[in-house]
Amino acid sequence: MGVMMKTVRAGLLAAVSGVSLLAMAAPGAYAAGMPQLDFHNPLVTGQVIWGAVIFLGFYLVLSRVMLPRVGRVLEDRSTRISNDLDVARAAKQDADKAVAELQQARKDALAEAQANLQKALDEEQRAAEQKMQEINARLASEISEAEQRVAAEKSRAFAALKDIAADTTQALVSRLTGTAADASLVAQKVEGASAHLSL
Amino acid sequence: MAGGSSIDVLGQFELHPVLGGLGEALRFSQSPLYMLVAVCLVLAFLYFGMRPAAVVPGRFQAAAEVAYEFIRNMAVDTIGPEGAAFFPFIFTLFFFILAGNYIGLLPFSFTFTSHIAVTLALALLVFLLSVIVSLKVQGFRFFAHFMPAGASLALAPLLIPIEILSFLSRPVSLSIRLFANMVAGHVMFDIFASFVVMLAGFGVVGDVFAIGPIAINMALVALELLVGVLQAYVFAILTCIYLREAVAH
Repeated sequence: MGVMMKTVRAGLLAAVSGVSLLAMAAPGAYAAGMPQLDFHNPLVTGQVIWGAVIFLGFYLVLSRVMLPRVGRVLEDRSTRISNDLDVARAAKQDADKAVAELQQARKDALAEAQANLQKALDEEQRAAEQKMQEINARLASEISEAEQRVAAEKSRAFAALKDIAADTTQALVSRLTGTAADASLVAQKVEGASAHLSL
Repeated sequence: MAGGSSIDVLGQFELHPVLGGLGEALRFSQSPLYMLVAVCLVLAFLYFGMRPAAVVPGRFQAAAEVAYEFIRNMAVDTIGPEGAAFFPFIFTLFFFILAGNYIGLLPFSFTFTSHIAVTLALALLVFLLSVIVSLKVQGFRFFAHFMPAGASLALAPLLIPIEILSFLSRPVSLSIRLFANMVAGHVMFDIFASFVVMLAGFGVVGDVFAIGPIAINMALVALELLVGVLQAYVFAILTCIYLREAVAH
């Protein structure tokens, strides 16, 4: 810290004394004349001529060789970047198209699958309905057949009933009277009795 | 440098012939020598910087490209679309002055931009170029610039001389700005460097106090680095502004 302060103080002292010393030195220097304003010196005017030659040469080398070279590199870069960007843009467009196609294909496939499923369901339903109808028809015919059979059995049973009645009557008459009844008479009587029954 | 009690701050601007009699005969002093050095350095910078010509530039190439694009943008943005034609000239001017200012900061070298003959020559070059371009582009309408549009005719006797004077003072202000900045900076360097030598004559105390002027000179180098690029920029941008007026229809 102390060294730093000392440096600053010394610098300030030097600056203040420098300004005053410059003021003292200046008149002497101006008395001698600024070398830049000594136009009698051929070297002062000579540097203008040499400067013109050097400046012109510098300009020619820069404008003909150096700057076009830099410009070419920059231009190459910008065309290359824009080409790469174009390629990238085209690639992105292709990718977008592919994605759109994929989505469309997915959507189509989904719709087709749904349609197939619906068709299968419809067919299945129709088949089930048909089967049900067939079963119903078969059942109905079986029921009617059974009913016919029952009716036939019933009439056959009723037919047998007369014989049973006649036999029973004969047996009862013979057990009661001890004599066998006339078969034709019994049959006639059973026939007469059964005629009253609406079977 | 320091001679006894007086300080010769202007001696550093004296021209001496290089190569003895040959230099004297050809009027070749250290000033043109350092112009050549400056030009060669700039060309070497561009040549070696751009030699890879890589799509992805290295640091050196990037620096060369930044220099190119900086001046190109300045020329085109200030002058307009016609600026592309003036770009090599602006580039030459800027880097001639910048390299001259910066080379002068090296010890034992010479600052050719500290000579009014050089800066005035450059300023007159710019001035003449702008006048020639004006006359070629605008013809006799060029002289209409000396009468500001919209001003009343009664003021013409006052305005026209002022405008002519301000136009003619352009090369003067352009050259003296650069010259004075460079001279002032180098005189300051010389003064503070002389203090170091003078303080060294006072023994140990002087040696300690001599740190002050050295520190100031170090700070001055930083300042001069700024001034060097700033003056080159000012010269180039003013040239661009003058040329924009010249190409305006």
